[in-house]
Amino acid sequence: MQDQLEAIQKEALEKVIQATDLKELQDIRVSYLGKKGSITKVLKGMGKLSSEERPIIGQIANTVRDAIASSIEEKTMNLEQEALEKRLEEESIDVTLPGRPVNIGGPHLLTSIVEEIEDLFIGMGYEVKEGPEVETDYFNFEALNLPKNHPARDMQDSFYITNELLLRTHTSPVQARTMQEYEGNQPVKMICPGKVYRRDTDDATHSHQFTQIEGLYVDKNVRMSDLKGTLDKFAKKMFGEERKIRLRPSFFPFTEPSVEMDISCKVCNGEGCNVCKKTGWIEILGGGMVHPKVLSMAGYDPEVYSGFAFGMGPERIAMLKYGVSDIRGFYTNDVRFLKQYHKA
Amino acid sequence: MLVSFNWLKNYVDLGDITPEELAEKITKSGIEVEGVEYFAEESTNVVVGYVASCDKHPNADKLNLCQVDVGDETLQIVCGAPNVAEGQKVAVAKPGAKLPGGFKIKKVKLRGVESNGMICSLQELGVDEKYIPTDIADGIFVFPEDAEVGESVVSLLNLNDAILELDVLANRADALSMLGIAYEVAAILNKEVKLPEEEYSTTDEKAEDYIAVEVEAPELNPYYGAFIIQDVEIKASPLWMRNYLMAAGVRPINNVVDITNYVLMEYGQPLHAFDYDRFSSEKIVVRRANQEETIVTLDEQERTLTTDQLLITNGNVPTALAGVMGGANTEVTPETKNVLLEAAYFDGGTVRKTVKATGLRSESSTRFEKGVDPNRVKKAGMRASYLLQKYANGKVLSGVVEFNELDKSEKMVVVETSVINARLGTEITNEEIIEILNRLQFPFTQDGEAFTVQVPTRRGDITIFEDMLEEVARIYGYDKLPYTLPEGSNQAGRLTEKQLLKRKVKQYLQSAGLTEILTYSLTNEKNINRLVSPEILEQKPTPINLAMPMSEDHKYLRLSLLPEMLSTLTYNLARNQSNLAYFEMGSVFISNEQKINKQPNEILRIAGAMTGKWLEQTWQQEEKEVDFFVVKGIIEGLSDYLEVPMKFHQVKIENMHPGRTAVVKIQDKTIGFVGQLHPSLQKDLDLKDTYVFDLNVKEILGVYDSEPSFEEISKYPSVARDIAFILDKDVFAGDVKNVIEEVGAPLVKQVSIFDVYEGDNVPDGKKSIAYSLLYQDPNKTLLDDEVEASFENIVEAVNNKFKSYIRS
Repeated sequence: MQDQLEAIQKEALEKVIQATDLKELQDIRVSYLGKKGSITKVLKGMGKLSSEERPIIGQIANTVRDAIASSIEEKTMNLEQEALEKRLEEESIDVTLPGRPVNIGGPHLLTSIVEEIEDLFIGMGYEVKEGPEVETDYFNFEALNLPKNHPARDMQDSFYITNELLLRTHTSPVQARTMQEYEGNQPVKMICPGKVYRRDTDDATHSHQFTQIEGLYVDKNVRMSDLKGTLDKFAKKMFGEERKIRLRPSFFPFTEPSVEMDISCKVCNGEGCNVCKKTGWIEILGGGMVHPKVLSMAGYDPEVYSGFAFGMGPERIAMLKYGVSDIRGFYTNDVRFLKQYHKA
Repeated sequence: MLVSFNWLKNYVDLGDITPEELAEKITKSGIEVEGVEYFAEESTNVVVGYVASCDKHPNADKLNLCQVDVGDETLQIVCGAPNVAEGQKVAVAKPGAKLPGGFKIKKVKLRGVESNGMICSLQELGVDEKYIPTDIADGIFVFPEDAEVGESVVSLLNLNDAILELDVLANRADALSMLGIAYEVAAILNKEVKLPEEEYSTTDEKAEDYIAVEVEAPELNPYYGAFIIQDVEIKASPLWMRNYLMAAGVRPINNVVDITNYVLMEYGQPLHAFDYDRFSSEKIVVRRANQEETIVTLDEQERTLTTDQLLITNGNVPTALAGVMGGANTEVTPETKNVLLEAAYFDGGTVRKTVKATGLRSESSTRFEKGVDPNRVKKAGMRASYLLQKYANGKVLSGVVEFNELDKSEKMVVVETSVINARLGTEITNEEIIEILNRLQFPFTQDGEAFTVQVPTRRGDITIFEDMLEEVARIYGYDKLPYTLPEGSNQAGRLTEKQLLKRKVKQYLQSAGLTEILTYSLTNEKNINRLVSPEILEQKPTPINLAMPMSEDHKYLRLSLLPEMLSTLTYNLARNQSNLAYFEMGSVFISNEQKINKQPNEILRIAGAMTGKWLEQTWQQEEKEVDFFVVKGIIEGLSDYLEVPMKFHQVKIENMHPGRTAVVKIQDKTIGFVGQLHPSLQKDLDLKDTYVFDLNVKEILGVYDSEPSFEEISKYPSVARDIAFILDKDVFAGDVKNVIEEVGAPLVKQVSIFDVYEGDNVPDGKKSIAYSLLYQDPNKTLLDDEVEASFENIVEAVNNKFKSYIRS
């Protein structure tokens, strides 16, 4: 009996080795280890054995059974692994083929610039204010110390609709509106981006419509050095930490003293080149200390409150920062132009 | 303002500072110097020569053969200038000379005769043609007799002068004069100002015996001074004066005119010289013009006037448009003997109106508009009298005939050192303030740290403390201000919810494949009424047009963003960019007043346009053109993202495809539309199939809730049921969906359409729409019976309402 069992084991193991698929292994399992399998058949003769032999044969039978079972198991694993490897090989793809395209748009360059500036000033505690594009003569001019017939109105020939209504020529009226809103008794710290309009013939450097961002800070004890420090922070964040700023006296009816701010030319690092017209400096924005008349017209006592204001043109900033050479490019909306600046 | 560096040296000791260095300093302290140009390009070896003889060239009619003494030698020169003559002193470029433009002079033979140099015109010496006196425009320049033979012409003709181009802003009227610049430069360099000579001798005759002055409109003309200068000799003005005038951009004419122009530039005070004999009256009357009154100005143009304009008359006829231009009838001519000289103060606003009405802007009007120095008006007349006496041999009559109601008082402004420092953030000392005031030549009295400054009238821009603050700051130096940050308000900055939402909407559209554009708010007549959203049209808007548009293209304030957007599509298609997906967020301007008199309603809208391929063909993907459902899907995506439910209903809108357009509604309120452009409009605009949308952002904002709606995710299983209805073809899928949702609530969580079919197995005139329903109860596992009951209710409701049946 022992011989029989050993022969069965030998035969079964050989079959397992030769098996090539899972079905064959299943068959082998059934024919050797099943209820009607050859081992069971052999063991049916156990009754004829002596009580001494029986446990010995039983033990041998278990050993044979285990050996066959584990060889089947091992072979099964091998075959499964092979099958998996084969399938994976078949599933292999050409990873150099292009992926499915995703349609992705992007912001207009001016939006990117405006949002960058907004975020920068929000970081310094400013809020963002908006105002109407069709303004009253009062808010666009008079509240900003530009009475009718003021010679400085020449500087900005305007699109009037009626004698009292016009397309705003700057975002400064939002200053006056915001100060009125705050009723002369609390600090104002805001910027206002928006579209503005002037009677200019469109060419490479002029546009009858363009964008402006105005900033205003009114509080007790605001100093001109605060304006300088704020603009310096802005310039360094916007144009690079290595940029220097320079303030020059200037004139705006709504500020006194007034300043023009230049930054050191990044092309030549202040050495002088064609971009900065050999001066080493590039004009970026105008500003100054809020004129006492502007403060008092908006309900702020200039003896108690002082403030600074500044205004800049995102088009100009975009032109300097990204080398856009023609302002009309912002409004032509050539898709090839727009896409170049999507990540700006 | 063009400032001649050499001319400036007459008033301020400039030491050895270069024009460029000075320009930098002027810019930094307040007046921007836009550039430094040289009066002429460099020339060398050009000297004054004496034309000893001038004969006809033996072989050429139009050429002359001259013997020219240049000091150390006599040169034979062939000269073609028509005005060359014996006895002249001329500019001679000797052999080896270099002229502007790199032109080199060599010995040559002209028509067989040796020519050893060139007699030069001003053009050839690099002077801009527009400054060259007309009488020598075609000829050589002739020096006055006192020019020294052999002397270099460069300094004689001021060719090496540097011209500073100053951008003088509206407040600094004082800088429109050489004296004003002199005060500025003196303050910057800490130097003295040397004032010009004004003293002249007079005859025994009195001016008042020749002229009287009557001003009928003193508010427009508070000062009028009349000088009489007799027996003037009209000729060229002195060479130095001509040089300075040319450097300042003024063409020399004759001594009388040049002198008035010279004093205008020097003092910033416009003067006018009348021919006294042609004035033909002994009385000057200054009055407002009569309506429709005319005057022929110096430029020979007849001007029709209004009562807003001020006239100088002889009591009878107009002789000058005050402050703007003289009349032709009293102009100084080469025959003029006696001069009536006007030095007056005219109201800036009036001059400004005259300039606007006539389009005549001159050096004079610019200065009156910005305001002249009340204390320099008469002085300028005196200075001109002095020069007329000296350079036109005129006899100045004694006395100035005046009308004088001019306020010449000086403003007093008090500044305190501590307040200055508080405003500037500086630590300026009293001593520094004193130095600054001295440099500015502003008289003051001091009381501790308080300074009472007596502001000279030349600085009419300084009236309040803040003006003086700027003066102190700029002379102290803006670059010496410290860098500080505000110490006050510590509010936290952030965008408002609405501002954040606007950004979100834009970002959503960008990630949906649309590119943002910016178009003009002003549009043309053709576009103004195009593609206006139905809810705006309902308000019957009046298009708002500009009072004075610059062009027909930019005349009206837009009522829709779409027309200009479509123009950009046309533009891009013409450049072979055929797949376009654009959006813009911007305002439209609504007013329904017949006559606009208040600010229009500015409505923020978001619009988009798409054309071309939505999906490009790739190795594993078929191409797909944009269609209605692509655009609608984008809006539905937005609606889902913002949790602002939007509904779509078919609608007919002019210029839109009648079968492929829907209005978009939020809670029964129309907020915009979506659809395909009408094929005829597409053809008109050279567009292919184009789909657009236009929505009111404000309405979306109104419904939007920034708090995300939060609901516990149900832990109980959901059950899906599918059903297909056979419906009449004209039934809207959305209407059926509404019924399903209504009847199925609250257990039906989601209804989607997964198939729409017409054709085989569906009767003619019918269609099959298949819906997938998702059931879920947040609180328990659904029972089959519940689902079944609900499902049956839904089927019954739909079939009743739409006369439909279930597709088997």
